[in-house]
Amino acid sequence: MSESNKAKKKTRYINPYLGGVLLGLVLIAANFVSGRGLGASGAAKSAVVATVNTVAPDHAENAQFFKEYNASHPDGPMKAWLVFQMLGVIVGAFLSGAIFNRLKFKVEHSPKITSRRRLIFAVLGGILFGFGSQLGRGCTSGSALSGMGVLSLGGFISMAFIFGTAFALAWFFRKNWI
Amino acid sequence: MGPLIINDIISQNTNFFLAFLIGIGFGFVLESSGFSSSRKLAGVFYGYDTVVLKVFFTAAIVAMVGLLFMSLFNWIDLDMVYINPTYLWSTIIGGAIMGAGFITGGFCPGTSFCAASIGKIDALFFIGGLFLGIIIFTEAYPLLEPLYKGSFKGTPTLPQALGLKDGVVVLGIIVVALGMFWVGEWAEKKFPREEY
Repeated sequence: MSESNKAKKKTRYINPYLGGVLLGLVLIAANFVSGRGLGASGAAKSAVVATVNTVAPDHAENAQFFKEYNASHPDGPMKAWLVFQMLGVIVGAFLSGAIFNRLKFKVEHSPKITSRRRLIFAVLGGILFGFGSQLGRGCTSGSALSGMGVLSLGGFISMAFIFGTAFALAWFFRKNWI
Repeated sequence: MGPLIINDIISQNTNFFLAFLIGIGFGFVLESSGFSSSRKLAGVFYGYDTVVLKVFFTAAIVAMVGLLFMSLFNWIDLDMVYINPTYLWSTIIGGAIMGAGFITGGFCPGTSFCAASIGKIDALFFIGGLFLGIIIFTEAYPLLEPLYKGSFKGTPTLPQALGLKDGVVVLGIIVVALGMFWVGEWAEKKFPREEY
């Protein structure tokens, strides 16, 4: 009994190499269908542009970023491949969480830090990732993974600097994680 | 044959519908591999959990090899597939800022949405930050534009930049990845921890 419980605990997540193969197949499917890879930050940008267009139309007409974005997206920011893909991501992750019994409201953090500290760092990390993904034209999915999948030089540079910087800074933030 | 939308084999609406289905696959795989847990994700930077390394590089290799074979079989025209352009400095600086975001926030954008959808409140805060960061970029855009649009190097692939054949470079990447998997397995044994 305890043996099988142990085995169960170990296999709560699928084998990472299997996960990698499946993710690779999803990435191939994206390229086969749309001629582009996967992404996440692009959909967040669409949501930001759509919000600004609605809430502050004057600003959207005058600010350079929104002028350029709206001129190059005549169908509007939300009618974009990545927006539909991200809606799918939310559904797919929820399904997986439901199947593997992981649906639960919680703040996940190391026992060495408080929830409050975890949340402050989460916001800070989000701000950095949001800003960096715009400057770098895509995040871990859109620039690094999808770029590497099609052998793009930019994708490899992106991957090297995302993971390289995180490794370089890891020591300073060890208390948050270990 | 592929890419389907570029060769007008499917309509734009079908393309969006398939995007939704592909997204479901993407989200399902990320969550079931454990990418909805920030402590699991951050583990790769300390060696106690290298799931990120394994999933990420396995996926990249499968996609590279798969797309090369599909192009060989004439199932997909790789000349029509989008190659991410290389803007050297914005990619480097943007990547470094994202790396700092990864180690402080514990997520990347895709994984934060996965985690939020199964109830992780820290992921919701990360997403709030994500929107703020994008707004900071859009508002500072006039200042950032020279960096953002500068040092454009075209859309080279890594094999083109190295002057090698695609297959040779992919083989090299596979060998490097296998080496990293070995290190990852070793690190997980050396720094054991409970599953989160």
